[in-house]
Amino acid sequence: MLAASSVEMRKVNKYYGKFQALKDVDLSIPPGKVTCLIGPSGSGKSTLLRCINFLEEYDSGEVRIDGQLIGYDAPNKKMSGRKLREMRRSIGIVFQQFNLWPHMTAKENVAEGLIRVRRMSKADADRRASEALAKVGLADKFASHPSRLSGGQQQRVAIARAIAMEPKLMLFDEPTSALDPELVGEVLSVMRTLADEGMTMVVVTHEMGFAAHVADQVGFMEKGELIDIGSPDRILHRPQDARIQSFLRTYHERNSF
Amino acid sequence: MEWSVLQQYGPSLLKGFGNTILCWALGTVFGMALGLVIALIQRYAPRWVRWIVQAYIEVIRGTPFLVQLFVLYYGGPLVGLRLDALPAGLLGLTIYGSPYFAEIFRSGFRAVPHGQIEAARGIGMSEADVVRRILLPLGLVSSLPALVNFSIILTKETVILSIITVPELLYQVQRMSAETFRYVEANLVLALFFWGLVETISRVGLRLEARITKHLIERT
Ligand SMILES: Nc1ncnc2c1ncn2[C@@H]1O[C@H](COP(=O)(O)OP(=O)(O)OP(=O)(O)O)[C@@H](O)[C@H]1O
Ligand SMILES: [Mg+2]
Repeated sequence: MLAASSVEMRKVNKYYGKFQALKDVDLSIPPGKVTCLIGPSGSGKSTLLRCINFLEEYDSGEVRIDGQLIGYDAPNKKMSGRKLREMRRSIGIVFQQFNLWPHMTAKENVAEGLIRVRRMSKADADRRASEALAKVGLADKFASHPSRLSGGQQQRVAIARAIAMEPKLMLFDEPTSALDPELVGEVLSVMRTLADEGMTMVVVTHEMGFAAHVADQVGFMEKGELIDIGSPDRILHRPQDARIQSFLRTYHERNSF
Repeated sequence: MEWSVLQQYGPSLLKGFGNTILCWALGTVFGMALGLVIALIQRYAPRWVRWIVQAYIEVIRGTPFLVQLFVLYYGGPLVGLRLDALPAGLLGLTIYGSPYFAEIFRSGFRAVPHGQIEAARGIGMSEADVVRRILLPLGLVSSLPALVNFSIILTKETVILSIITVPELLYQVQRMSAETFRYVEANLVLALFFWGLVETISRVGLRLEARITKHLIERT
C-alpha cells in the first residue's frame, strides 16, 4: 500500500474573465479512493481537476492536499513557485492529448522528471523509468519516440511518466477520449491496477463503465456546479436530480444502437 | 567578355567573398542569439520591459538597413562609439537581423503545444527547465525553416556593408569594375558567388531539417 493523499475543496470559484467556470465547489476526496467526475461538455470538469494541482488558478475558496493549501499561502497571497513545484511533485496528471514530449524517447519522457525534478542520477532515473514503463506493459518500447507509438501506448507512457515520480495523487482528464475504441481498454486496465494499489485518483471521464465499476464515488457537474456526488450506484443507476437523469439518458441513447 | 582580368583580381575577389561569408555567418549567429534573447524577453519579462523591447523592434524594422549602418558608423563616433568598418558592419547586421529572428522564434515558441509545457509544469519542473528542455528544443525545430530562409535573405544584405567600406565582395567587385571597366564580368562573378552561397545554405538547411525532425513526424 502506498502513501495516498486526500483532497479537500471548499467553496472554490474560478472565473475566466466574467465567465464563472466553477461555482462554490465543495468536494472531498478521501485517500486511496477513486473519484470520477462526469457531466456535459463545458461543465467545468477539466477546470476543477486542474485546480487541484493549480495548473488552473482558482480565484477564491480553498484547495487542500493533505490539509495543505495549494497555490496560496493565504487568501490573495500566491504561493512561491518553488513551494508550488514541491507540492506538484506528489501529484501526477494525465491529459486527454497525452502531451508526451515528441523529441524524447519513451524512456526519456519518463526519466526527464526524475532527473530534473527529483535530481536523480541518469542511471537511477533510467532504471526507475524502465520499471515504470514495464509496469504499464511497454517494456519493449523504451527507445521509441512518441510518433512511433499508438495512442494507447502514448497514453500509457504518459501514465508511466506520472507514476515514476511516485505521486500520492493522480489526476486524469479524459484519458481515453482521444483514443480509438479498441485502444481504450489497455489504458483503463492500467488505471484499474493503480486503483487496486490504493492510489488516490480523480478521473474526469465519459467511460461510464469505468465509473460504475472502479469509482468509489461519482460526481456530476453542470454549468460550473458540482450538482451531486455519491456512490456510483446512486449517481449512475438511481439518480435523483433531473439534470443527471437527462445527461444519462442522452448518454445511453448515444451509446446504444 | 574579357576574363583575363580575373587573373589579376581573382585574389581580391576571393578575399572579398571570404569577408562576405564571415560577415554573413557572424551576423547571422549574433543576430539569432540576440533574436532569441528578445523572444524570451517577450515571453517572460514584465510588461514594461516587453514594451521597451517592442519599441526597439519597431524602430529597427521600420528603418532601412542602409540608414542604420550610416547612423552606426558615422553617427557612432559622435557618442563615443568608434568602430572600424568590419566590426561596425557586423554589429549593424546583428542589430538589423535581430527583430526578424525574434519574430521567427516567437512564432516557433507558439507552435509548441501548450499541453506539452503544462505536462512539464505538472510534474513540478522549474520554469527554467521548461524553457531549456521543452520550449527551446521544440520551438527551435519549428523555427528552423524560417531561420534558414531569413539567413538566406541576410546573405544579400551583406552587400550594403560595402557602403561603409567593409571590403566584402561587392566592394571588391566595384573596385575591379572601376579600374578595368569590366562591369559585366565583375557582376557575373558577384552573381555566381552569391548563387553558390545561397544554394549551399539552403541545402545544408534542408539536410538539417530532415535530420532534426526525423522523430517528430507523426506515424501515418
Ligand atoms: N482558458 C479559458 N478561457 C476562457 N474560458 C475557458 C477557458 N478554459 C475553459 N473555459 C470555459 O470554461 C468552461 C468549462 O470548461 P472545462 O474545460 O472545464 O469544461 P469540461 O467540463 O472539461 O468540458 P469537456 O467535457 O468539453 O472537456 C467552458 O465553458 C469553457 O468554454
Ligand atoms: Mg475537459
